[in-house]
Amino acid sequence: MSATGIGASVRRKEDFRFITGKGQYTDDVNRYGQAHAAFLRSPHAHADILRIDTAAALAMPGVVAIFTGDDLAADKIGGLICGWMIHSKDGEPMKAGSHPALAQGKVRYVGDHVAVVIADTLDQARDALEKINVEYAVLPANVATANATQPGAPVVHEVAPDNAVYRWAIGDEGATQAAFAKAAHVTKIDLVNNRLIPNPMEPRAAVGDYDSGNDAFTLYTTSQNPHVARLVLSAFIGIAPEHKLRVIAPDVGGGFGSKIFIYAEETVCVWAAKKVGRPVKWTSDRTEAFLSDAHGRDHVTHAEMALDAAGRILGLRVHTTANLGAYLSTFSSAVPTYLYAPLLSGQYAIPAIYCEVDGVYTNTAPVDAYRGAGRPEATFVIERLMEIAARETGQDPAAFRSKNFVTSFPHQTPVIMCYDAGDYPASLAKALDMADYANVPARKAESARKGLLRGVGISAYIEACGIAPSAAVGSLGAGVGLWESAEVRVNPVGTVEILTGSHSHGQGHETTFAQLVSERLGISIDNVSIIHGDTDKVQMGMGTYGSRSGAVGMSALSKALDKIETKAKKVAGFVLEASAEDIDFKDGKFSVRGTDKEIDFASVALQAYIAHKFNGQDLEPGLKESAFWDPTNFTFPAGVHICELEIDPATGVTRIDRWTAVDDFGVVINPMIVEGQVHGGIAQGVGQALHEGAVYDASGQLVTASYMDYSMPRASDLPAYQVGMTQTRCPSNPLGIKGCGEAGAIAAPPAVMNAITDAIGHEDIAMPATPLAVWRAIQKGAQRAAAE
Amino acid sequence: MYPFTYHRPDSLGSAAALAGSADAKILAGGMTLLPTMKQRLAAPTSLVDLNSLSDLAGISVAGGKVTIGAMTRHADVAASEEVRKAIPALADLAGWIGDPMVRHRGTIGGSVANNDPAADYPAACLALGATIVTNMREIAADDFFTGLFDTALEEGEILTGIVFPIPAKAAYQKFRNPASRYAIVGVFVAQSAAGVRVTVTGAGENGVFRVASFEEALAKDFSAKAIEGIVVPAEGLNSDIHADAVYRANLINVMARRAVEAAR
Repeated sequence: MSATGIGASVRRKEDFRFITGKGQYTDDVNRYGQAHAAFLRSPHAHADILRIDTAAALAMPGVVAIFTGDDLAADKIGGLICGWMIHSKDGEPMKAGSHPALAQGKVRYVGDHVAVVIADTLDQARDALEKINVEYAVLPANVATANATQPGAPVVHEVAPDNAVYRWAIGDEGATQAAFAKAAHVTKIDLVNNRLIPNPMEPRAAVGDYDSGNDAFTLYTTSQNPHVARLVLSAFIGIAPEHKLRVIAPDVGGGFGSKIFIYAEETVCVWAAKKVGRPVKWTSDRTEAFLSDAHGRDHVTHAEMALDAAGRILGLRVHTTANLGAYLSTFSSAVPTYLYAPLLSGQYAIPAIYCEVDGVYTNTAPVDAYRGAGRPEATFVIERLMEIAARETGQDPAAFRSKNFVTSFPHQTPVIMCYDAGDYPASLAKALDMADYANVPARKAESARKGLLRGVGISAYIEACGIAPSAAVGSLGAGVGLWESAEVRVNPVGTVEILTGSHSHGQGHETTFAQLVSERLGISIDNVSIIHGDTDKVQMGMGTYGSRSGAVGMSALSKALDKIETKAKKVAGFVLEASAEDIDFKDGKFSVRGTDKEIDFASVALQAYIAHKFNGQDLEPGLKESAFWDPTNFTFPAGVHICELEIDPATGVTRIDRWTAVDDFGVVINPMIVEGQVHGGIAQGVGQALHEGAVYDASGQLVTASYMDYSMPRASDLPAYQVGMTQTRCPSNPLGIKGCGEAGAIAAPPAVMNAITDAIGHEDIAMPATPLAVWRAIQKGAQRAAAE
Repeated sequence: MYPFTYHRPDSLGSAAALAGSADAKILAGGMTLLPTMKQRLAAPTSLVDLNSLSDLAGISVAGGKVTIGAMTRHADVAASEEVRKAIPALADLAGWIGDPMVRHRGTIGGSVANNDPAADYPAACLALGATIVTNMREIAADDFFTGLFDTALEEGEILTGIVFPIPAKAAYQKFRNPASRYAIVGVFVAQSAAGVRVTVTGAGENGVFRVASFEEALAKDFSAKAIEGIVVPAEGLNSDIHADAVYRANLINVMARRAVEAAR
């Protein structure tokens, strides 16, 4: 390992820029002559638009133009799309309602886009917004997930008269029924996986620009995957052909999934730039972000687990209703299906699994991938079931898990996934040791003496990352392949530019990708720059989500570096007058095997470009290679988190006392950055468990539309984490990487809820376990105890 | 934000004259007013900024009383050795308001004049029997807080300072809203020669209020145990997604007991 190579905790190169205020975010982009867009949003959850009168607004100072859905339709601008086809059990394709960027005749959630005002200044645009007169016929709203498909529920889209987008299933129903028929014990649970609002620090933003001289568009936008945005805006929405549309996603301040999707606002900004002949800029304010960023989770689930008399799992059956909101967002259909149910086997050998998922429309904001995307929901189901089953059958929760672990690999689950490597007992043993699990009873007694309730909760999670083998996801309905690309440009002086389709919006790629180059080429990370986020610079790539940048993006880079090494050896062979087969490359030096003849990497780079030492017919000048990497399998990070907490029964306040995380991420490039990802993930998972929850009232108004009511976890809510690692190499990519970006958010919620239910002595509490919810649950428990 | 006329008067007299005009708003720390204006939820035609009136800021302790100027920042009250010595509960309260930004901009006068039903200072004013001083008169705290965001202040009347009698002992206990960190329930307990007062902020439908049943019990026996069994009725308490009235009623008892135990 070199000082800056694989495994070194190198400080993040990009942080100097960020912490000195020199980052360049989309809102920092100001184009000459730009106008500002403000969106008129629906105040109603569900209404017919009878009339839009823009006359008074158009007369306001500074107003350049006002557009509605009719204008988009007149220009044949297509609606927003959902790129993953899901088929129902009966073979019917999912029912995708139309999703115009500006409403056409109907609004379907509070915050839906009715019109856009473009004006010289933002304040003028907002002033004019108030003068648009819209006549609505308000319709009853369909809000609650569990009731969305009830007979008589208001219909969100005519194409889905019962509000079911699909009724999907996976697994062997007959085998699962048979497993339950022979069960000695069945554990049942009803769960709500609470709706979350992503809240990246930087809100979404877009600047659309049109160059009439070249008939070409440029869109600056807050995207995790600018090439995918270009593809969708070109091929489906019809803004312009791809070679006439450049998408730039500069520094992006967090995404957590919410910036994967192609939204109405950037579509309108880039389209309108040509209409008004000026660049058009929009930056979301925080209220707009709450209302219109794609939300996450929102499942209602009933699950049952069958056990034999020896405490081994025989089968699992699950029914989930997944709220997809008012429209199908870009990847929404896949999240509660293929990103969810295939993970229900957890770390366990479960012979039979059957899971049904009803995706439903409601008059709420669209729901799509949010950190973990389906996998936190699956982990919550299986890990709550494991804990309760252990309690019901009188087994230690750790021992019960151990007994059911998958221990040989590869392991084919009944739900698609084939786990390639792992050592689950090792992570559990290490976590129990680090958490001082043996002394939990003593600490519980000590808390009781202080009048406090102590609980401990285990979560043994698995996730499928490195998304994903293109052929596999294609067979499941994905509209795109999920490979990644990389290009390595070696400059004549030996410095290196990496162009990657992976997009960094907090992950630290400028450091970790450079570390891989440093390791492979033996050069300093200071001589490596990472270029991403610009479709005019970087060849087609698929972007960052699903913990894929290491496993997929860096694998593409590794493959490109292989090609660089091969070419550089040829160059070195000409310079050193030896055959390329006799050239060794180590620590940045090319040497002729068995001699003392050597040349360093920078000199080879120069020789490649001056091309004096070889004939152009034998070898092309230059040193630049690119590669595409398509994974052979998902990767399967897994680990064990243990949460230990204390509850004040007088107030219901929960204080997390200890957090132990032991994760197996395979090969780790930068342990410090990985640990940071674990910390952030746990914070978001604790946020889901204890704090966060989007609340719509019965009329479809978002009650939690600001930080006054939507509770985010703060530093003071979180303990000092104890983070440990185990390692099994991932066999499915050249670097052995599994991915780490989502693990904490996946592992944490069941760990917290298992601990809370341990502390209060019953299972009847939902997330978020706020002080109010915990206090009520304690009262309920006391009433029950009194009744018995 | 809508356009408005900005005034920064250099005397209390001219401030009062400007504040008397229709739709004028007084700007102290601006920690409530400015966000409201940015959200386009308030549209004053003019702002009268008191920040040049340096006489309105400052703390003095004399004759058994703590006097705090209206423009004194929460951070200065929290950091004041004099306040901490005289009424430690008041320094604690100031230190628990909002976040560092709010504490360094927000003022005691702004907080008391705004009378947000979840603000902290009204509980202290009422529990300590403070006197609210304005450019026109002195108002007993008992008569000052008249309802949600409503006070006895007249048009153009400017709050200039607050006089707190020093109690024998007092404490403030605050249960924060997990999202906003405002008080869901804040209880101020004060014991003085005049008796015991227990005030509650954050919970009441009409803002800050006193809890007579606690006061009577504590007057006889100033101990947490004395009020342990006294149930505060849920009627008249706020309900929202963070706390319903029953939970708030419970918290009033819990916070009051903790305040009694912490009183010094």
